[in-house]
Amino acid sequence: MRRWLLVLLLVVTSAAWQGVHAGEAKPLAADEVIEKRLVAISSELRCLVCQNESLAGSHAELANDLRREIRTLIRDGKNDAEIMDFMVSRYGDFVRYRPPLKGTTLLLWFGPALLFVCGLGALLLYLRRRNLVIRDTPLTVEEQRRADDLLQQQEPRQGQS
Amino acid sequence: MNRFLWPLIGFAVLVALLAVGLNLNPRDVPSPLVGKPAPAFALPRLDAPDREFSPKEMLGKVWLLNVWASWCVSCRQEHPVLVELAKRQTVPLVGLNYKEVRGDGAIDSDRLAPGTEQRMVVERAAGWLARHGNPYTLSVLDMDGRVGIDYGVYGVPETYVIDKTGIIRMKHTGPISPDIFSGKILPLLAELQK
Repeated sequence: MRRWLLVLLLVVTSAAWQGVHAGEAKPLAADEVIEKRLVAISSELRCLVCQNESLAGSHAELANDLRREIRTLIRDGKNDAEIMDFMVSRYGDFVRYRPPLKGTTLLLWFGPALLFVCGLGALLLYLRRRNLVIRDTPLTVEEQRRADDLLQQQEPRQGQS
Repeated sequence: MNRFLWPLIGFAVLVALLAVGLNLNPRDVPSPLVGKPAPAFALPRLDAPDREFSPKEMLGKVWLLNVWASWCVSCRQEHPVLVELAKRQTVPLVGLNYKEVRGDGAIDSDRLAPGTEQRMVVERAAGWLARHGNPYTLSVLDMDGRVGIDYGVYGVPETYVIDKTGIIRMKHTGPISPDIFSGKILPLLAELQK
C-alpha cells in the first residue's frame, strides 16, 4: 500500500515538473534549428558565474543574457567561429571549455602526457635498477648450504601434519 | 635515506602546487580587454536620463569605470573606498549601473513597460546613492546589461582603469579593498596621468 502511494506521488510530482518545464520550454521550440545551434555552441562555453557549469546548462542570470545574445547572433547569420570570437573577445579563453593551443596553454594540453612519460621513465628506471640489484647478489656457498638444510628440515615436518 | 627522499620531494612539490593553486582566486579571470580600447556605448545618464553619456567624452583623461547596482551586496563593501577616492578627486569615476531592475530577481521585468522600468531604475539607483553617498562623477544606466556584456562583466562590482587614449589598462573583478586601491590602482593612476 505504502509502495503504491509512493509510486503515485512520484507520478504526480514528475507530471507536475513536466508541466513546469513545458511552460518554460515554449520559447525554445519557436525555432528548432536556432535552438539546436544555440545548445551546441553554449555547451562549449563556460558560465562565468558558476564556473563548472556550461552556458547551456546554467540558470545564472548572465547565462540567460548570453544565450539571448548568442541567439541574436545566430539570427544575424553569424557562423560558429564568429560567435566563439564574440565570446572570447569579451570573456577571454577561460570561457571556452576547450582552450586553444598556444604558448600559455602548452602546459595545460601536454602537462598530463609529460607527467605520464616522466612517471613511465621513473618506473622503467626503478625496475631496471632493481633487476641489477637482484642479479648482482647470488647466494654464497654458505647461504646455499643453509638454505638446503632448511628445506630438508621442513619436508618431514610437512609430512607429519 | 634515498628511499624516503624522493617521496618526500614529491610531497613537498604537491604541497607547494596546492598552496599556490588553492590561494588563487577563481573569479580572477584575466580579461582580454586589458590593452584594448574601451568598448563604445551611449547610455542614458542617471542624473539626466534624457541625456546620454559615451566614453568618447572622456578622451584625454584617465578615468575609472565602476560597475554597480543597488542590489549588489559587495558594492556596499567597496563603497567607502570609492567615496574616499572621490574625496581625493584624483580621477573622474563613472558608474555603470548594471541591470538595476532586471538583475534583481524579485521583479519580473518582462511585464514592465519600458518607461516604467527606467523610472524604477532611476528611483532605486538614485535612492541608493542618496543613502550611501555618491562617489560618481556621473552614472549611466545599462538596464538590459548589453553594455555589460561588451565589457565582459560577469560579477558586480567590476572596475576598469581607462587611460587618456581610451585604452583599458586594468580590470578588477570584485570589490576593491583598501589594499588593492592604494597598492595597485593609485600607482597605476599616477603613472597614467604623467
